[in-house]
Amino acid sequence: MFRGAVHLCAGRGRLGRRLSTLRGGSALGWAGKVSEIKKTLQSVLPGGAWNSLYDTSHLPPEQSDVVIVGGGVLGLSVAYWLKRLEKQRGAIRVLVVERDHTYSQASTGLSVGGIRQQFSLPENIQLSLFSVNFLRNINDYLAVVDDPPLDLQFNPSGYLLLASEEGAAILESNVKVQRQEGAKVCLMSPEQLRNKFPWINTEGVALGSYGLEGEGWFDPWCLLQGLRRKVQAMGVHFCHGEVTRFVSSSNRMETTSGEEITLKRIHEVHVKMDHSVEYQPVECAIVINAAGAWSGRVAELAGIGKGPPGTLQGTKLPVEPRKRYVYVWHCPQGPGLESPLVADTSGVYFRRDGLGNNYLGGCSPTEEEEPDPENLEVDHDFFQNKVWPRLAWRIPAFESLKHPVPPQVRSAWAGYYDYNTFDQNGVVGPHPLVANMYFATGFSGHGLQQAPAVGRAVAEMVLEGRFQTINLNAFLFSRFFLGEKVQEHNIF
Amino acid sequence: MAAPRASLNLVAPVWNGVTKSIRDLSSSVAPKGSQKKGKRLLQFLADRFYDVEALREYLLQKQVSKVHQENRFQGQEWIQSSGRRPSSLELLSFQAVPVESVDASDCAINYEGLDNLLALKELQSLSLQRCPHVDDWCLSRLYQLADSLQELSLAGCPRVSERGLACLHHLQNLRRLDISDLPAVSNPGLTQILMEEMLPNCEVLGADWAQGLKSRPEKQSQDTASPTPA
Repeated sequence: MFRGAVHLCAGRGRLGRRLSTLRGGSALGWAGKVSEIKKTLQSVLPGGAWNSLYDTSHLPPEQSDVVIVGGGVLGLSVAYWLKRLEKQRGAIRVLVVERDHTYSQASTGLSVGGIRQQFSLPENIQLSLFSVNFLRNINDYLAVVDDPPLDLQFNPSGYLLLASEEGAAILESNVKVQRQEGAKVCLMSPEQLRNKFPWINTEGVALGSYGLEGEGWFDPWCLLQGLRRKVQAMGVHFCHGEVTRFVSSSNRMETTSGEEITLKRIHEVHVKMDHSVEYQPVECAIVINAAGAWSGRVAELAGIGKGPPGTLQGTKLPVEPRKRYVYVWHCPQGPGLESPLVADTSGVYFRRDGLGNNYLGGCSPTEEEEPDPENLEVDHDFFQNKVWPRLAWRIPAFESLKHPVPPQVRSAWAGYYDYNTFDQNGVVGPHPLVANMYFATGFSGHGLQQAPAVGRAVAEMVLEGRFQTINLNAFLFSRFFLGEKVQEHNIF
Repeated sequence: MAAPRASLNLVAPVWNGVTKSIRDLSSSVAPKGSQKKGKRLLQFLADRFYDVEALREYLLQKQVSKVHQENRFQGQEWIQSSGRRPSSLELLSFQAVPVESVDASDCAINYEGLDNLLALKELQSLSLQRCPHVDDWCLSRLYQLADSLQELSLAGCPRVSERGLACLHHLQNLRRLDISDLPAVSNPGLTQILMEEMLPNCEVLGADWAQGLKSRPEKQSQDTASPTPA
């Protein structure tokens, strides 16, 4: 405090000198002097970035209770729920580290933005149901005083999943589970499909499941910005940097069966600044890995997977980036305003985009066709060879554009799935050996639609030690070692 | 003998107080003069001190929850018509009568409040004109009335956009749909055309096809008034 007073006097002294030099007629004028004084006062008073040696405003704080690696929708959702569920206001200091403030490669912004409850696992259905409630009441959750309300641009048009003869039984049992959990889904026969959506070619379709409520698509960027705004208002620190190192301590322990294992605890996170070698070691108690497509790399930094294969130490986090393309085309006679997001038996999907008969869609490639995730370049041949033929067969209105002119792709982009190669479902919860690293990643294309609920689950795990609202014990890391796959039958 | 199918027209009492507070909530109107200075001072304090911000957040939450409470209360009030307030004995006699039309204009009904309407399985006419909280999410619930609903009016609802209107395709028995004066719809003329394509048996009122055309009444009167010079 004494040092602060000395600095204040020194500041004022400098001010006095500057004012006297300016008295003799200057080009600045009175308005300029006032703004100078204001600036100096601001830097001296509490709340300003005052540092007598050099400016550290771009660096993260030296200590933080929780460090969240990754500032996408999952990371921000965890930050939001941590601040919301903390017992006392300001009890937990949270730092979100994001290396790309433009989110140019983040899966969130590049997502198609769909949300559905048509999963086969009850946990996934519950996650989606809560998330839809969250989105509906988003202005109750994410309201910030003096800021305008959020408009998610939600299209409640539903999802339509089509199944062939082989898949019909699975679809039916899935719908049964979905109804049990409270989702509003109905089954449709090929005839009903033809009546409702006359633009579908129902050849080869044995059954369709149609979401009546709580399904559709929205603007993911709006959700991301809304979360950012709210989370900043709640007092979460943001840092523009990259996590390059974890400093941890190990303890050799013996299990009940006499086996020796090494328990690790992360003490420091080294955050490197952009375009610089400068880094800041942040002391932390908990690290949350929400790095999306790059979660595998972050996990390796923490030493997860470094060990003989087949052991718990040697089990890597099986999340890797997978590139997916989305194409936008125009078709004046295409499906009308009532069309849902249609997912075909072949894995091709499309939806309307806006009032102008533009459609966007894509297809998940097979394992052999997987594109190289090195960059986000779009492969237009994939559309011509794989997506369009199947799409045009299912929706003959699209076919009409094929001859003589090839389909007009208005635009296209590519984004990453944080693909869980083990079972294509999320990884949530702590690592069994690195005791203070929690995962919120690996959702393989349905992370955006489950983000609000997953954020709450991870916050509950961090604060209470167990899942309280939705039981996600099936999604813990240990399943990779035990070999217990929790597989979905519907991911595309 | 079964009760006669009287068409019960239910009108909700107009809640002037509620609409005013809602306007305060969602307005981003620039306040003028001294009000603006006061606001700036409050903003300055809120940026510096956590307590002021906490107080403002609390007040905002209270306002929001007030709206929700009005709705729950509204759910019970729904059975009463405006003007004359029938005693509970009279209401009981109406219990067996299916409700055919509901006029909920200017009513602060929201997503949860719609539960009361969706329970009316024989509803034929529904008017939700100028309801400030009816949005696209509410419209996505209306499919439950698909078997009976013939007339629907959404005129003047500030939160309804073309995305919510797209889910009205479930209402195959709809004969009259009023979608006039919807400020949130981006292109009313195009939306009307797409809605007419979506619901071929329905008369869609609302966006005038001549909306995009500008009229020039002054020039016309000038031409008729002044004679052409020789």
